[in-house]
Amino acid sequence: MPTIMGLSGNEAVAHAMRQINPDVVAAYPITPQTELMHQFAEFHADGLVDTELVLTESEHSAMSATVGAAAAGARAMTATSANGLALMWEIVYIAASLRLPIVMPVINRALSGPINIHCDHSDTMGCRDSGWIQIFSENCQEAYDNALMAVKISEHKNILLPTMITLDGFILSHTLERVELLDDDVVKKFVGDYHPEHALLDVDHPITVGPLDLQDYYFEHKRQQIHAMTQVFPVIEQVAGEFAKLSGRRYGLIEEYRLDDAERAIILMGSSVGTAKDVVDDLRDAGEKVGLIKIRVYRPFPYDAIRAALKKLKAVAVLDRAVSFGTFGGPVYTDVRATLYGNGVNLPVINYIYGLGGRDIDKAQIKSAFDDLKNIVKSGRIGEELRFLGLRD
Amino acid sequence: MASLKELAAREPKLSPGHRACAGCIPALAFHQVLRSAPGYVVAGCATGCMEVVTTIFPYTAWNIPFIHNAFENSAATISGVEAAYQVLKRKGKVTKDIKFIAFGGDGGTYDIGLQSLSGAMERGHNMLYVCYDNEAYMNTGIQRSSATPFAADTKTAPVGKVHKGKKQYPKKLTEIIIAHDVAYAAQASPSHWRDLNRKVEKALSIEGPAFINVLAPCPPGWRFPSDMGLEMARLAVETCFWPLYEFENGKRKLTYKPKEKLPISEWTKHQGRFRHLHQEENKHLLEQAQQEVDRRWNELLALCGESA
Repeated sequence: MPTIMGLSGNEAVAHAMRQINPDVVAAYPITPQTELMHQFAEFHADGLVDTELVLTESEHSAMSATVGAAAAGARAMTATSANGLALMWEIVYIAASLRLPIVMPVINRALSGPINIHCDHSDTMGCRDSGWIQIFSENCQEAYDNALMAVKISEHKNILLPTMITLDGFILSHTLERVELLDDDVVKKFVGDYHPEHALLDVDHPITVGPLDLQDYYFEHKRQQIHAMTQVFPVIEQVAGEFAKLSGRRYGLIEEYRLDDAERAIILMGSSVGTAKDVVDDLRDAGEKVGLIKIRVYRPFPYDAIRAALKKLKAVAVLDRAVSFGTFGGPVYTDVRATLYGNGVNLPVINYIYGLGGRDIDKAQIKSAFDDLKNIVKSGRIGEELRFLGLRD
Repeated sequence: MASLKELAAREPKLSPGHRACAGCIPALAFHQVLRSAPGYVVAGCATGCMEVVTTIFPYTAWNIPFIHNAFENSAATISGVEAAYQVLKRKGKVTKDIKFIAFGGDGGTYDIGLQSLSGAMERGHNMLYVCYDNEAYMNTGIQRSSATPFAADTKTAPVGKVHKGKKQYPKKLTEIIIAHDVAYAAQASPSHWRDLNRKVEKALSIEGPAFINVLAPCPPGWRFPSDMGLEMARLAVETCFWPLYEFENGKRKLTYKPKEKLPISEWTKHQGRFRHLHQEENKHLLEQAQQEVDRRWNELLALCGESA
């Protein structure tokens, strides 16, 4: 029987980690991730996990130790936010290139500077090309579910790539929500025992991890990473299917919300999806044909699914909670635009940057985006492609 | 303590055929450290000469499990490996007794890797960290590090008309590590192989974090003939530039005391990086270098409870 609890996102993920019972967890505090590790450290202190908890002196060393532990043959995790992720950046790439199935919750927070501790997606976006799988969470339940599924996805023999699961800083990490926890033994069976094919601690079969890789092989190794990324979608779907049987909750690469007969839609990720679904419901009640596309898996980018969803629409707005300086829009916008070009799908796409540094987004703002789309459909004129929601003039 | 015969009979953990320079003393230092370690060892190394010359894919000179992660995190990486060992041993998934050695050059240890090393020592991982100190960033082309001796000519602190090499004295890294109150810390030199061998054996037999700083002369970096590496290491010890000592149970102990303390010039005169010190107009720099060696040596003698 699932246990229903009131949990913050940090606590929900800490419970997932308790149930996963990783061999090694490395930790270095950074707001708003801290409470996740506080909670996990309590589980550790109470002997509820067998984990070796390595309390490092920086995020750089936390990721380095996690890489060492994973290469040693352990199931290893860490967690971070914002500048902590930025400090890990070098090793984040190395973790992916070594094909280590590390799972890392990233509690999304704005990157300095100026320093800001609140939510946006600039931290995760900074390493969207690092070779990690990235899965965004809409609410605390999803954060918990994603943490469990990520272990199976990363460790799948066709994948062996690290996964970031993200949850919006403070908005989810510190907000109590109703969360359904699977039974401990159910999770234990679901994630299974970890048996890596190669491990440093298998001393009778010595391996060299992280060698110098020059012009003659580096390129081929990158090709193998690219190939592994192409294998991710079926594994995510397979794991989601297994998870749905246990939990009744089914997840896809994207979620189409009231999209079937929609003419206008918005695309977004993270906690704002919940607010946006409310707006869609309100507008539907008023007879407007609107819908929503939630991107759950951001890397690899589900371009086929998004393209198929967009085909039905007359206009779409992409909401980005991060900036990509010096280009023509936010990172999600750029990705969405790129899926369309040359594929026979041609519709007006506009971009809104919103919520930077934890700026609230409310229903009126999201509704205004739908209103803008209405005008675009009516007039046939796109106007300004890059727009802002909730920005003071 | 293993006899020379026993040491020689051990299966080499680092095989021949790596691509180190002719006369490379860092490579010799690795051999000496690894030969001194009986049983199963997992090793890590920071980015640097020795990592580069031993692991060019698809070849490896390592006969034991080896990991290279990045430049500044050899200690943190081996921390993670050792943590994995603790838990997997507890869970019965690993049954062998394994020792852990992290290597780093002076750049990856004194400088960019100091934080990672300090963290690993403070957390008390059961590991040995070995710094192979060739006194500059040799892998990137002989730039000064905080281990580079005073007045040495390097690519980033060159000898010119105005500036005459490195302005500062080397950081006392061994003392910094001792300040962590580690289980064991020592300075060693490949020229005194028996002393080095004993220190590695001791470091690996003691529970907890251990550190050995090994002087590792570099023929191209120091600019001496490639058959003189061990002599350079020996002279560094005999001039008391590189004292051999250890720290155990809260006490420092000299493990070798030169019968006759040689002047620093006996060491510097063989090295191209110090050529300018032997020109008349730079005599004061050589004197300054000697004064600092003397000061540090006397300070160490006092700490070790020895008389001059």
